[in-house]
Amino acid sequence: MPDPLRTASGRSRAFRNPADEGLGAKIILILLALAFLGFFLVLPLVSVFVEAFRKGWMEYYEALVEPDAAASIHLTLMVAAIAVPLNLVFGLCASWAIAKFEFKGKAFLITLIDLPFSISPVISGLVYVLLFGSGSLLGPLLKSWGIEILFAVPGIVLATVFVTFPFVARELIPLMEDQGTGDEEAALSLGASGWQTFWYVTLPNIKWGLLYGVLLCNARAMGEFGAVSVVSGRIRGVTTTMPLHVEILYNEYNMVAAFAVASLLTFLALVTLALKTLLELRFGAGNAGGRH
Amino acid sequence: MEVTINNIRKEFDRFPALNDVSLKIASGELIALLGPSGSGKTTLLRLIAGLDFPTAGKIFFGEEDASHHSVQERNVGFVFQHYALFRHMTVAENIGFGLKVRPASTRPAKAEIRRRVLELLDMVQLGGLEKRYPNQLSGGQRQRVALARAMAIEPRILLLDEPFGALDAKVRKELRRWLREFHDRTGHTTVFVTHDQEEALELADRVVVMSQGRIEQVGSADDVYDRPGSPFVFSFIGESSQLPVEVKEGAVLFQGQPIGISEPAGGVGELFFRPEDVALVDAPDALFGKVTACRRLAGTRIAEIDIANDGHAPYHVEIEVPLHAPIELGSEARFRPTRWKVFRK
Repeated sequence: MPDPLRTASGRSRAFRNPADEGLGAKIILILLALAFLGFFLVLPLVSVFVEAFRKGWMEYYEALVEPDAAASIHLTLMVAAIAVPLNLVFGLCASWAIAKFEFKGKAFLITLIDLPFSISPVISGLVYVLLFGSGSLLGPLLKSWGIEILFAVPGIVLATVFVTFPFVARELIPLMEDQGTGDEEAALSLGASGWQTFWYVTLPNIKWGLLYGVLLCNARAMGEFGAVSVVSGRIRGVTTTMPLHVEILYNEYNMVAAFAVASLLTFLALVTLALKTLLELRFGAGNAGGRH
Repeated sequence: MEVTINNIRKEFDRFPALNDVSLKIASGELIALLGPSGSGKTTLLRLIAGLDFPTAGKIFFGEEDASHHSVQERNVGFVFQHYALFRHMTVAENIGFGLKVRPASTRPAKAEIRRRVLELLDMVQLGGLEKRYPNQLSGGQRQRVALARAMAIEPRILLLDEPFGALDAKVRKELRRWLREFHDRTGHTTVFVTHDQEEALELADRVVVMSQGRIEQVGSADDVYDRPGSPFVFSFIGESSQLPVEVKEGAVLFQGQPIGISEPAGGVGELFFRPEDVALVDAPDALFGKVTACRRLAGTRIAEIDIANDGHAPYHVEIEVPLHAPIELGSEARFRPTRWKVFRK
């Protein structure tokens, strides 16, 4: 009796998962992916650091402590330090309202939160120029009170807050919607006040998601170029954040300095990524503190 | 604590979830709110707890008008359908939560909270599990932790939303008996919501049958099963068959023919009877139809009978027959209800 597993040529056909591919196809796919990854992700990353250290540690160090560079680092950190906590609070409020309450115009609000993601950062910056520029109603009024918005730190903070607004809310809304109001109701029925409920029940339930959103928000706040570029006026050493400073140096053909500042920015991004991965491991582990 | 519910109405977006509901719950009673989904039973429970507020009507705790009191002020123990245990807290922290969040003036000392928690854990037979997290417990254990947590605040009444809904059949039966004992021991006024009639009938002192935002009947298990007050209760609780009839001069007529049973008042109505309240007869004035199926059910046999309906879809009736009754598939069966009820239209 012929073996049904043998084909006419007599070669054995092992059972194979129908979703599986042959060895050749696997190798080609893996190579393609690796080549793509190497060319588009690893190569640029490596070249940033290679360029930065081309002339040695001393040059690198000097490029970073040079007054304009130091000012840009300081400004970037300050802007992030203002914008991120603001968006933490805004994001928390918005997602709380959306996830825990039913009201008219909810879908519209969700769309509105996504607005900064969908419009070009340059436009986001231009909006503030129109709002606070010399030709606007608000600009001259604030100026007469001695408050400078455009081409000053407040404008940069505003633009950064706008651009990074969705990160925390986007992260929390699905999480809070998924968790529902059951835990909060339980806490209230046990006699907890609103604040106690938020502090002991809601916040611990969302803390990892919140931290994740804050990290993403922070990464973008430090790296934002377009919107900040429009509102800052690029006054060197005064309103230039790190990304703006990198561009200025680059345009001056000061490659080592440009890449030195860029490498610092890249390093911050890598740290953020590492933290994010750690958090995801935490999420996935499903331990008592995490998501389910 | 006695609870009085007076003419409660609750609307969600103009849709009435509860319509003019009144109920008096005696102190120490174990009450079941029974009904299909959408009948308003959970809404009523949440209104009693203060998790929702009525559109109209009042709720009294004893003599005190609690209608506008917040859930915190009402001091009720609420066990949620999916328990809503705080997953980032241990079992002990969960149970002690209600004591920990009390204002400083009434908050027990840490050691006292711990003592009470351990005592409650023993009471729900979970001693030794205080350091576990909720996701390390079985469904039945979580249920009991939720109950202990609700009891920790010394509630005036205990409210349970589908307490056994998420458990498998065996655990459900055990917990049911356990809850009854627990209630008898603590004597708390307890209200629980269920869609499982067996659960309601077995466990509760009184069953409140609800449908479409109204209370259909309130009574003991015997009352609602043996003396259903409305067509809904008759068909919702237990098995039953119904046929359109007319009552004329004391006799019940089906399709214009007498069927050998009588009713005092006249008019068109709906005849209800249970499968077990039927006798096979050999008489011309009886119900008759074709046996379409016959199945063994423990000590008896259930026959499914189609009664012809003039070219329309036949009426489908189920009757219980003795094991050795001469019932054969495809043959004709003649029978009369021995106990029945006619609800006039």
